[in-house]
Formats: sequence, C-alpha cells, structure tokens
Amino acid sequence: MRALRVIFYCCLLYALPAHALTQADLAPLVGDDFDAKLTLVDKLGESDDKAAKTVLQALSDGNLSASSSGQVVLSQGDTYVDAATGAPVTVNAADLQDVVVNNRMHRHLDSALAGLSLFDADAKIRLAAAQQLAGHADAEFLPVIVKAVKREQDPKIKKLLLQSQAMILLDSTDAAQRKEAAQILGGSDSPKVRASLAERIDKNAQGSAIETDPAVRQAIVKAIAKIDSSMAMAEYLARIFSGISLGSVLMLAALGLAITYGLMGVINMAHGEFLMIGAYATYAVQGVFRHFFPVQLDWYLPAALPVAFIVTFLVGVILERSVIRWLYGRPLESLLATWGLSLILIQAVRTIFGPQNVEVANPGWMSGGWEVIPNLILPYNRMVIIGFSLGVLLIVWLILTRTRLGLFVRGVTQNRKMADCLGVPTSRVDTLTFGFGAGIAGLGGVALSQIGNVGPELGQSYIVDSFMVVVLGGVGQLAGTVAGGFGLGIVNKFLEPWIGAVLAKIIVLIFIIAFIQKRPQGMFAMKGRTVDN
Amino acid sequence: MDMLKKLYGPTGWAAILVALVVMLVMVPVMALLVPKTSAFHLSAYTVTLFGKYLCYGIVALAMGLAWGYGGILSLGHGLFFSLGGYMFGMYLMRMIGGLGQYGSNLPDFMVFLDWKTYPWWWWGTDHLAYVLLMVVLVPGVLAFVFGWFAFRSRIKGVYFSIITQALTYAAMLLFFRNETGFGGNNGFTDFKFIAGFPVAAASTRAGLFAITGLVLIVALLACRFIVLSKFGRVLTAIRDAETRVMFCGYNPLPYKLAVWVFSAVLCGIAGALYVPQVGIINPSEMSPANSIEIAIWAAVGGRGTLLGPIIGAGIVNAAKSWFTMSFPEYWLYLLGLIFVLVTLFLPQGVMGLLNRWKRT
Amino acid sequence: MMSISATANSEERSISGAHVLIPGELDLSHGVALYLDAINVSFDGFKAINNLSLTIDAGELRCIIGPNGAGKTTMMDVITGKTRPDSGTAFFGQTFDLTRMREAQIAHAGIGRKFQKPTVFEQHSVFDNLELALKADKSIWGSLFSRRNHEQTERIEELMELIRLQDFCHRPAGLLAHGQKQWLEIGMLLAQEPKLLLLDEPVAGMTDEETERTAELFISLAGKHSLVVVEHDMEFVNSIARKVTVLHEGSVLAEGSMSEVQNDARVIEVYLGR
Repeated sequence: MRALRVIFYCCLLYALPAHALTQADLAPLVGDDFDAKLTLVDKLGESDDKAAKTVLQALSDGNLSASSSGQVVLSQGDTYVDAATGAPVTVNAADLQDVVVNNRMHRHLDSALAGLSLFDADAKIRLAAAQQLAGHADAEFLPVIVKAVKREQDPKIKKLLLQSQAMILLDSTDAAQRKEAAQILGGSDSPKVRASLAERIDKNAQGSAIETDPAVRQAIVKAIAKIDSSMAMAEYLARIFSGISLGSVLMLAALGLAITYGLMGVINMAHGEFLMIGAYATYAVQGVFRHFFPVQLDWYLPAALPVAFIVTFLVGVILERSVIRWLYGRPLESLLATWGLSLILIQAVRTIFGPQNVEVANPGWMSGGWEVIPNLILPYNRMVIIGFSLGVLLIVWLILTRTRLGLFVRGVTQNRKMADCLGVPTSRVDTLTFGFGAGIAGLGGVALSQIGNVGPELGQSYIVDSFMVVVLGGVGQLAGTVAGGFGLGIVNKFLEPWIGAVLAKIIVLIFIIAFIQKRPQGMFAMKGRTVDN
Repeated sequence: MDMLKKLYGPTGWAAILVALVVMLVMVPVMALLVPKTSAFHLSAYTVTLFGKYLCYGIVALAMGLAWGYGGILSLGHGLFFSLGGYMFGMYLMRMIGGLGQYGSNLPDFMVFLDWKTYPWWWWGTDHLAYVLLMVVLVPGVLAFVFGWFAFRSRIKGVYFSIITQALTYAAMLLFFRNETGFGGNNGFTDFKFIAGFPVAAASTRAGLFAITGLVLIVALLACRFIVLSKFGRVLTAIRDAETRVMFCGYNPLPYKLAVWVFSAVLCGIAGALYVPQVGIINPSEMSPANSIEIAIWAAVGGRGTLLGPIIGAGIVNAAKSWFTMSFPEYWLYLLGLIFVLVTLFLPQGVMGLLNRWKRT
Repeated sequence: MMSISATANSEERSISGAHVLIPGELDLSHGVALYLDAINVSFDGFKAINNLSLTIDAGELRCIIGPNGAGKTTMMDVITGKTRPDSGTAFFGQTFDLTRMREAQIAHAGIGRKFQKPTVFEQHSVFDNLELALKADKSIWGSLFSRRNHEQTERIEELMELIRLQDFCHRPAGLLAHGQKQWLEIGMLLAQEPKLLLLDEPVAGMTDEETERTAELFISLAGKHSLVVVEHDMEFVNSIARKVTVLHEGSVLAEGSMSEVQNDARVIEVYLGR
C-alpha cells in the first residue's frame, strides 16, 4: 500500500526537476545576483529531492559556503560536504566565503521549506509546515498548496491547507472564488485571518474598500462573525483561567489572615509583609543555587518552599510572642500595631536587600505554556501556581480538621475561655497558629515571586485585596476564604477588559459593600446568638 | 455666656486666647514686620511648616472625635483630606491662567493630554465661593453616602476600618489616572495666585497660617460643644454598648453618620488649607498609609480627648520633619516603633501620661 | 382571637368595633399588650423558635421559664426587633407590627428590655446612664441642643433613690458591683417609661435581700406596666408569679399558675425526665 502511494505521489510531482541535484544547479548561489538565487530557491522548493531540502535548510541556517572555485559546500561542524551530492570534501576553511542570503530570500526560503515539508511522510512535519504556511502564504505557493490539499488525508492538516489556499484566493480576480474563499476562512479561529478579512471590507480614507462585490462582502462579514464567535469562546475561557489564577493568589494571601483573625481577633496588617518575606526568601535561595549549584538552578524553587515557610514561620512566632499576644481581642489596636510592624519589616528589607526590585527568574520547566485550543495558551507558571495553592489549601484543611492542633484551633476560635478551662494550651496554640498563618503567607510569597515583581512594597499591594477576601468570605471560614478569593479573582478579570483595572477595583468594592448590606457576616458566617456582643 | 462657661473653664479660655494671639498676631508680625536679620524673624519656610502642622492638627482633631468618642476608626480620612485639597487645588489651577508652561488657558497637564476644554466637573472652579462650598460638600456627601450604607448594615469596628481603607485605595487608583482630569501622577502644582494674592509671598503665607489657626480653634470649640452635649454622651454610649443604646430608643445611625460626616468635612477643610501652603497635591496623599498615620497621631496624643490628637499630630510630624532631614533611613523604623509602643504601652497617649503625672 | 384591621405602617384609619385605631400610638384598649402568633425563627436549619404563640395582657406580670435552649432569649430578640422572624405575626398593642420595626422604634413605642448580661454604659456615670435612658427627644438635633430641665433632674433623682444608687451618682457605671449594675439597668428601663418590660434573668448575681426587693418592685409595677420576666430562679418566680409559661424547644409547652405548671406531666418530664 505504502509503496503504491509513493508511486502515486511521484506521478503527481512529475513536473518537478526529476534529475539528481548537481553543483551546476547550485551555481547561482555563488555571487551577488539575488534574482537568480531567488529563482533557484523557488525551483528547489518544488523539487522532491532530499538533497534540495538539505540545501534549503542549510541556506536558511547559514551553513552554506562557496569555495573560490565556485564549489558550494555545506559545513557540518569542522568538516565539509558537497552541497549537491553530500559527498565529503576537503577544502581550505580560509578559502571559503559564506553564501549571502537577504531578507527577501529568507521569506522565500521559509515558504519553500514549508512547501517541501508538506509532502513529507511524517504527519507531524506536514502539520508544522501547514501551520507555518497558514501564517504567511504568498500567491506563488498556490500551486504547491493546491497539490498538497489534493493529496492530504489528515483532516486537520487539510483544513489548515485549505485556509491557506483560501487566504491566497481572497485576492483572486474571480468573485466566485473569493466568495468561496471567504466561506472557508469562516472556519478559521485565527486573529490574523480575521484581520486580513476585515482589511478587505474596511473603507479606506477615500471611502472605498478593497472588496467591492456585494456578495463577497456579505460572505466576508459572515466569516468574520463566525471567527469572532470562536475567538470569543477562547477569550472567555482565558478570562476564567486568569481569574482562577488571580483568585488562587488572593486565596493564598488571605488564608493565614482569615485564620488568625478568626482565632485571635487580631487584624494583621503585616500579613502582606509575610508574603514579601517569602518572596525574598525565594530570591535568596535562588542566589545560593546560582552561586553553589548552578547546574541544578532549575530546582531552586522546590528548595525555596521549606526555606520560605520556615523563615516566615519564625518571623511570625517572634512577632506573636513579642507584640501581638498583648493585643488579643482588640482588633483596632492590633490594626495599628501590626501596621507599625509592617513599616519596620519593609524598611528592614530595604536596608538588607536595597530599595529596588530584585529579579527572581522562572525555572525552565515553568516557562512556556500549553495551547489548549487556538488562541488559548495557558502559561505553565500560572498553572503551577493554581495547583500549588490548591495543594496548600488541602494541607491547611487537613491540618485544621485532622490534627490535634487543628482541633485546638477550632476550639479556641469558638470559645476561648472554655477551651482554656478544658486545658487547651491556648497561648501555645496562638503562637503556633500565628506562625502557621505566616508560613502559609510565606508559601504564597514563593508563588508571587514567580508571577510578579519582588520588591519591598510587594505585600502592600496585596493587603487591601486580601482583606476584601476575608470580609467577603466571612471570618475564620476556610470555605469562605476560598470562595471569596476565587470569586473576587474571576469577577475582577471579567470586569477588567470592559472598564479597565481601576474601575473594576472600584466596582468590586461597591459590590462588596452592597453584599455586606445583605450579609454583614460574610458568605459563610457562623450564625446564632454567639455572633452578637 | 452660659454656654461659653460650659465649654471651658477660665484657664482653658485663657489658653485659647493666648493661642489666638500667637497665631493671629505674633506670627504674622514676626514673619512680616520683624527684619530678616533679627533673631525673632520667622522665615516663610517656618511659617509654612507650622501651617502644615496646624492642618494636620485639624485632621487629627477630626479623627479624635470620630474614633475617640464615636469608636469609628476611619481609614478614609486621608481621602477626605485629599478631596478637600483637590477641590481647592482646582481653583488654584484655574488661577494660574495663561501663566503655565504652555501659555494655554488650560492647566499644563490638560494641554499635554491634548484636551481642548475643561471637562464638566471643572465647572465653576474659577469662583472661590463655589470652590469653598465644594470643599465642604464633596467630602461631606461622599462620607454621607458611604457612611449611610455602611452604618445601616451595622458595619463597625475593624470591618469599617478595612472598608474605608479599600475606599481610599480605590480613590487613589482613580486619581492616579490621567483621564480623571486631576493631573494623574503629578497632581496639581505650580500655583500662582489665591484670591489675587501671590501664593508664594510671605504675607500670603502668614495670612494662610492665621486662617488655619483660626479654623483649628473654631473646630476645637465645635468639637468640644458636641462632646459635652447629650449628643456626645449618646455617641460614647454607642461606642461602648450599641445595642443598649438602641433599646433605650435611640437610633444609632444618624448619630454615627453625623459625627462621621462632620469629621470628614473637617478633613476636607484642612486639606483645602493645606494645599496652598504646601503648594502641591497629588494622589499619593490618598495612600492608605497616610490615613493610618492620622490614626496614630490621635493615638499618640490620647484617644478620648480633643486636645490630645492635636498635640499628637504636632509631635509625630515634628519628629518626621527632623528625622527625614537628619536620618531619612531610620524614620520608618521610628514610625513603626511609635505604632507598636503607643498601642502596647501608652493606650491613653501623651494626655494620659500628663494626667497621671498631674495626679502624683 | 383579636382581629387585626390595621397595621402600624398603613396610613388609613379603619374602624374596628367601636373605636379608632391610630397608627403610631399604642392602643391597649382590647386589653392585650403583646400578641405573638405562629412565630418561626431558624438559624442554619436549627429551629430556635417553632410556631410560638403567646399573648400578654395589659398590666400582666408573666414569668417565662424553660430549660436552656428553649428559645427564651430568641423570643425577646424577636419582640425587640433584634431578630427578624422567618414567619409569623408579632403585635404590640393593636397598632405596632413589631416585625416591621427597628430596635430603636420599638423601644420608642414603649418596650424596654433588660439583658441577661447587665449592659450599662460603663464609661458614663450612674446619673448619665439614667439621663440617657430618660424618655425625651432622642433625635440628633434634640440631643445636640437640648438642656436638661428641672423635672428631668428630679425624675433622675427619684429613680436613683428607687434603685438605691443615690450615693453613687457620679461613679462610672463600670465600677459598680454586679447586683448594682442589674439595678441600674432596671432603673434605666423605668426611666424609659415603657408599657411593656422584658426582663431577662433580672436577679442573677443579686443577694437574697436584693432579690426580695426586686420582687417587691416588680409586683408594684404590674398593673401600670406589663412585665415579662425570664428567670431560672424558681424561688423568685414563685414569689412573683401569677401566670407562668413554660417554653420548650421553641414553643409553648404549658401555661397556667405556678402550681398547675409544676404538676404538669410534660413539664416534669422536660425538667426531670432526661
């Protein structure tokens, strides 16, 4: 079967130069006649000779040189081969001159290479070639594409090819062809295609458009609408994703805050600074890796997690023991005192690390993204952070529900005096819990260092939002914090494109105030008599 | 006469009289008539600096009334202060006239944005009387609307603080934008004239100082009147036991709202006096940090008193001026420590300390 | 059953029987001070009040007893507007629909409440506490510019004598003993001149002598005022009660004289059975 198909393809391609490539064919490459070079590139692009592809690729990579005798050779590291035959040759490296390629040739080279790849046996290579062509197909490739379309079996590749063909045919002189092309392009979901469609019906300064035929215009309008709806879907999903991503960060920032307020009635304005310290701990660990283990640099992030947790935990414990324990049940005073602490922490970081932002790089495995559908690329770092915050949430939940400390925390939150009487070491529970809340914020700081600037004011920019999450979600409620965080994140991201980030913030604030009108205790409040007085 | 007696005793009135004479007579004389060579001459810089402290004193007084007596810790007072400042700043910008860098009738930043006319909200800002009205109305109305919703749903304590902080933060973001027509990042500056007088002249400075001093005294007396009336006692009762007050037949909403709006208006007036003296207003005045600092002025001076917050504002800001000049690196450490130490060890502030000292 | 022909909110004046109901004015002409019918309150699925119906006559002194969690405090919350019932009707006299009024309005209409935990204004002096409670113009303008007149001062002094705190006139209420705070709160209640007094555990923390005096006071108040007393101290209840209502799991379990209630089989089971 396979052999039959190969023969079939060969018959189709009979028009291309059938003889093996020789040095004579490559002669135009030597010298400065770019028109001749272009003709050769185009000719090679229509050949099915393996050697032609090698030459084109080498030309594109800049690996082709010519000796003073006019022999075109291909460099393979330190050795050279004959570009036409692939036979090894010995040449004097000093004698060689690079084959010069200009910009226009590069364009032709890309397309020629793509055209060649369209006939490759490997579907993956064909797909890649088709995708490349879809971006910028010139009219001269119409014949290649037409042939490839006829031969292509894979529906996905075929669709791409058809669209490339339609893009070219959009400039056809035949109105029927243009109309058909527009209809085909309606199945595309690329913003580029949409733009070039729109170009044809938009009126220019003189009030005339490129496309004048009413039937074609109508087809184009329809096609644009179709593309828009499929693009809107992608955008919608992208917004949900970035909302979830923002929400997960807010949730991480607010988790510790909600726990400590619920437990101790202390408003911790320095909570944002724990985020900041976590981020700086990440920066420090990165520095250590750079200096001592440059090979394992990509793995500094997992190492930063325990460091950030421990550092912020310790800072939290120290603050609790020295200042915060004296302020239990006095939220207003605690607000002021912890604000003072936050000023001191910020200035301390400025003194140690300097007032400028520091650079924390994404490890290699976190850069890039996953293209779910066209126009929807989910960056890996955001995905990792979402997964990470859910992981932290799970751990917090397990600790609160499954451990002795968790039992104590819940007990003290509900009735401090009673827990005290039952022999719960409330003061130790307070210290541990505060440290724990700080540690979670430290982990949040590690996550933040991967998506934003790391500077002394990092925490300040999150503190208002995290308080909003707590207010919205209800105090001391894990479920409330989660719902509040994700809710705020998603609402924010949906409002932003309409009215801008600032107005979105204001609308969200108004929404929260309106919400509190209805439910003053937040979404997930404890109800009944215990709440009052 | 009876009422005056009730407000302050003879010593109190004597002190107020002295303060008035110092601020309205002595300072202007020392600034304008005493020759520059004399040791008793006050430079325009000093007059402006103390004028600034007086403005802060008004704000701290407003905070002391709302927080110390009403139990409302507002983190939005920086916003009301800035709003008053911006309102008056609009007038000052109009008074620049064609003297700006671009020689246009519009403020420089509008020329820069390629705006051709004033947006509608600048309407009337070239009339001093209108602007003075707005200085009171804009913070007042905002405080009224916001407070009505907040107090109606019984948002109190730290919740209220957080929500007002968010409000301030949102407003700051809004004013940072160029499209809102308040000069974006740079705000308003380069003022030239106020009611026909050149802003930078020593006589204008002395005059503004005297007016600020007078406003502070009047505000103090008004607050004293409120605090001593039954209104003031209901207010502290609401602070201590709101439910009991309700079951006594009082509706706490108008009480809280009234004191909160009055406090906001005082801040607005202080802001309007501040801007011509300092010569600039920009959105960073609205940063949440500023509002919290106002609270610490009141705390340092002593909550539950009226004089305390004014003194506190003076102490903290004098320390700030000195530190940021001599040891700029250490000011935030000190400010942070003040926050921590005052809340932990000086809940009654300086006034509490004085009272204790007086008793022993 | 009484007929309800007008609510406090409606503007119209309708004829019911022989007299005119005036919205905004207390009408006890049918001899009913408080009328609760089919009240339901639930918190997160927990039914705190379950189909509760209760009528208090004008001038009556009613004691309400019941085990913990029977809904006594929640019932007071409903009457004073602190908690809105999920369903049911609550009327004060014939004109005030309590389910539509805010706490301050209800207090103004003539219902006074003493809390389980004595709540007085701790920073204020005894005198100020009473003055603030005094029946007067309670709007902001009223309190900003009004001056205390001679009659009011006399009334406050009278009250201080009644609650035996005349020697502590200028002492901050926060410094009083627990029993004295209870008395002060009762004094504040009386200063309001309410028609209906709700008293939640009024004698908790009082000495025997104080308790006795409280009982005397309550008995002397009945007739002019209607009183609802929630109490755990059975001796005290016994000394004042004419009619007792037993609440259990949010509804009325039994009603009658003290001896009737004490011999009721269901009451015995609730109190002793488990």
